[in-house]
Amino acid sequence: MSTTAATEQKWWSGGRSPFNVEYGKLMMWYFLMSDAFTFGAFLISYGSIRFASNGWPDANVVFQSFPGLGNGLPLMFVSLMTFILIISSVTMVLAVKAGHERKKQDVVKYLVMTIVGGIAFLSCQAWEWTHLHHEGAWWGSNPFPNADGSLSTSSNFTNFFFTITGFHGFHVFSGVVINIIMLIMTLTNTFERKGHYLMIEKAGLYWHFVDLVWVFVFTCFYLL
Amino acid sequence: MDQTLSPAKEQFEEKNEVMKVTIILSVLTIIELALGFLMFRSFPEAGFARNFIKGTIIILMLAKAYYIVAYFMHLGHELKNLIMTIVVPLALFVWFIIAFLYDGHSFNVNRNTYDRYKQQRGMPNQMDPNHVEPEKVKKPGTLE
Repeated sequence: MSTTAATEQKWWSGGRSPFNVEYGKLMMWYFLMSDAFTFGAFLISYGSIRFASNGWPDANVVFQSFPGLGNGLPLMFVSLMTFILIISSVTMVLAVKAGHERKKQDVVKYLVMTIVGGIAFLSCQAWEWTHLHHEGAWWGSNPFPNADGSLSTSSNFTNFFFTITGFHGFHVFSGVVINIIMLIMTLTNTFERKGHYLMIEKAGLYWHFVDLVWVFVFTCFYLL
Repeated sequence: MDQTLSPAKEQFEEKNEVMKVTIILSVLTIIELALGFLMFRSFPEAGFARNFIKGTIIILMLAKAYYIVAYFMHLGHELKNLIMTIVVPLALFVWFIIAFLYDGHSFNVNRNTYDRYKQQRGMPNQMDPNHVEPEKVKKPGTLE
């Protein structure tokens, strides 16, 4: 496996992986690409419906509550959620890195931090959904007036909000489950016996993708 | 790029890179939030300023996506072959976004032009003193 830095590598002449990554990681990349198209389709349909509507609720009026602090605080709660996800992404990078260095204790530490971040994000989302539901918002019911003050005549806004953040939340949930499995496998020395922590790298890719999707969902729903 | 060379140096650089990217992502997020807040406070009416800020936010969003994919997901350190198989298909999004948003817009324009009833129903602005209740509008084809 000596890949000495030859200037002219013939990657396609056979005998080696033309991508120089293991199979599982490559397939994870392709899965994430297909998932990106799923999320992209969701967000683009949201965008085209919004472009086709005469009125749309103002996100700063809809999302303006913070638990314990009351109303009138636009962008506050979602910034907290965004930072939780970014930080948990960073701890995941550190877990993958610790895996490269085969430091089991560090892997465990950073995986636990990542899982805590994921659960914190899910809790925030659960609170926000409950709060909006109490205000009368759900699939098929949109209590929020349009930004221009007119009454909204369709539930497009809430339908898209709950579907897309729900789909993203489901991804976060599966990411947390995957990370918990990785944690158990680390604690039971599965990776030590295998001799490498490459599986954590794949879980990490998935987790970063969840963060990546949130960048888009957050921008489309809360900022634009 | 051979990752087996000088592991100590690699690790040090990796650690620095993680810190750097974390700070970049946080700063970009804070700028986005500040712009969102500015838009909410200072530019409540739709117009050029609002669209300009929205465009800036979209550019910042793409920058964040780049940093996450290139550094956290390590795609920037993979072989060009792999990068291309991931990035080239995603170029479809360029067409996807332009086509669908344009279609949504033209659907809205057509409906507002040719289906006046839908437009009245969609835009009853109570704040507008000249506002006409939809019930009082004579629908096309109705008898007196």
